[in-house]
Amino acid sequence: MKQQYKKLILSVSLLLSATLQAGDFSGNISLEGRYFLDDAAYTGQKAGGLSLSLQPEYKHKWNNDHSVFTFIPFYRWDEKDPERTHGDIRQLDVTMAKGDWEFQAGISKVFWGVTESQHLVDIINQTDAIDGSDGEDKLGQPLFRVSQISDNGALSFYLLPYFRERTFAGTKGRFRSTLPVDTKDVSYESSKEEKHIDYAVRLNHTFDKIDVGLTYFDGTSRTPLFTPDLANGVLKQHYPLLKQVGLDLQYTGEAWLWKLEAVNRETKKENYNAVVGGFEYSFPGIGDSGADLSLLTEYHHDSRGEVINAAFQNDLFLGARVGLNDVEGTEFLAGTFIDLDNQSKIFRVEGSRRIGKGLKLNIEAQTFMDIDKSDPLNSLKKDGFIQVELQKYF
Amino acid sequence: MNKIMINVALPLVISVLTLNAMAETPEAKGLRIAKETDARDVGFGDSTADMMMTLKNRAGQTSTRKLHSKVLEGKGDGDKSLSLFNTPADVKGTSMLTFSHGLKADDQWLYLPALKRVKRINSRNKSGPFMGSEFAFEDLGSQEVEKYKYKYLREEACGKGWKCHVVERIPAYKYSGYSKQIGWTDTKEHRAVKIEFYDRKGSKMKTLVSSGYKQYLGKYWRPSVMSMQNHLTGKSTVLQWTNYKLGTGLSKRDFNKNALKR
Repeated sequence: MKQQYKKLILSVSLLLSATLQAGDFSGNISLEGRYFLDDAAYTGQKAGGLSLSLQPEYKHKWNNDHSVFTFIPFYRWDEKDPERTHGDIRQLDVTMAKGDWEFQAGISKVFWGVTESQHLVDIINQTDAIDGSDGEDKLGQPLFRVSQISDNGALSFYLLPYFRERTFAGTKGRFRSTLPVDTKDVSYESSKEEKHIDYAVRLNHTFDKIDVGLTYFDGTSRTPLFTPDLANGVLKQHYPLLKQVGLDLQYTGEAWLWKLEAVNRETKKENYNAVVGGFEYSFPGIGDSGADLSLLTEYHHDSRGEVINAAFQNDLFLGARVGLNDVEGTEFLAGTFIDLDNQSKIFRVEGSRRIGKGLKLNIEAQTFMDIDKSDPLNSLKKDGFIQVELQKYF
Repeated sequence: MNKIMINVALPLVISVLTLNAMAETPEAKGLRIAKETDARDVGFGDSTADMMMTLKNRAGQTSTRKLHSKVLEGKGDGDKSLSLFNTPADVKGTSMLTFSHGLKADDQWLYLPALKRVKRINSRNKSGPFMGSEFAFEDLGSQEVEKYKYKYLREEACGKGWKCHVVERIPAYKYSGYSKQIGWTDTKEHRAVKIEFYDRKGSKMKTLVSSGYKQYLGKYWRPSVMSMQNHLTGKSTVLQWTNYKLGTGLSKRDFNKNALKR
């Protein structure tokens, strides 16, 4: 972790420690085991192994729940990849609501968007790419937010004073490119580097059955550009400045959900559009069991075509979600991404179930099929895996 | 009996109707009692309470869920409610916001704290179990008058020296898991004492018994125990309500999808 970032966290902690009173302490500790279906593609990469993570949570609410202080540190130890052994402050912030206004300051996570198979609009937080394989794990983002709440929506302004670099697998880790990513020597378009102040605006509103969000982001791109450094055998990261306009839209019918996310992204070098949209159809109460089934279809388009950062340029996602609605809260999600240009496919299954007091079992599996040599997924094709995670909540 | 007349019923009209009870059809009488029950609860403003749910299977094994509930009384529309889950521990911090409407589908948003994501969800699975319990979503939703067609059956003693109206009600909303319900409501204070639920095939499926009624703000009655027995599976669920507070001064800002994250 960078020195300045540590200093920032320390000062925020001191600022907030005054508010610390008897709050609510909880969290979880997880043991994860991974098994890879194929031998590693690159020398140095290890087979599956164990990983242990700890995520305690302290929450204190006061003023009739209008003020909330939250602290969520995170640490993961990984048996095989030293890069995956890492810590983060997921959240350390205060939120205060007063009348139509809401204020937030500290480190936190913000989610924007509606679709299931890809999150295009979501941009505030950096992806903790090494932590999970689905891109849903995020690094805590230092931010200030002011929101004006209206009857059916809100207008929010975000000031993001510090940038977080993406995490990547090390030489020994799976889910990496042919050349591992150099996480030490990183370059930026902005001369202020990670201290460039980014800002963002989001307007969201509900019109009866339609929820719409309009977003604008101006700052350092969360996704780096890569250049191979063959002398050192690494990929160099460069973070350009980016302006992103985003739209997210959902129509909620009784059985149908229609979803759309679209972005326009502009950097010095390129200007492109990307879209993901589709539907979710639910069948309630299968038989008399109380279980429900949803079918999902989402189409992905990226105007850049097949380039390293756009695996989903003309792809279709098909999925099914089953919730048994039983005492154990058993859920399954199975899905496949199909590249309509070159027939590359990803299959993915997720399942979870409570198996005792405070214990939860999560299973995740992913495999790649018919991956085309030109597809950005080509470097991952030997990384099909089965993962079993046991989580103890306290 | 003219339905429009009932819709504009004023207390005076109601008393006249009561005198003319002999002339009322069972349907009109059932509807009148449902409206009266609804009218008794008008004006509570908002309420907060803690709920503990104990699930018991046929073998007697139990598991519990705890949640905090907030309700805002609807003016000219259904109530707004917010449920914040505390246990099971893996769903701690999850919350659900519901804007109920009469026959129109409810608006519902779910907040998933791990992803910090607010998801608008459809409310089609009304007959689905709430948190794996014997309560379906439709059992716990806001009970608006227009959600059912009523038929008065009889008046009978219902324990504690109370007399009850026994009214049959048939869900008028879509996707209900029930063919009918039979409800016992005490004649004096209009407290729901018992409800029998009949499945789509017409078999008696579940019985809900509410007890430990307490009066708040000198007017509004709330049960402290709601016990649901499933006759088909032998499973049961008991809800225990504590820390009931009415008229706490919550506003619509506390029931906004943007406020779910707090």
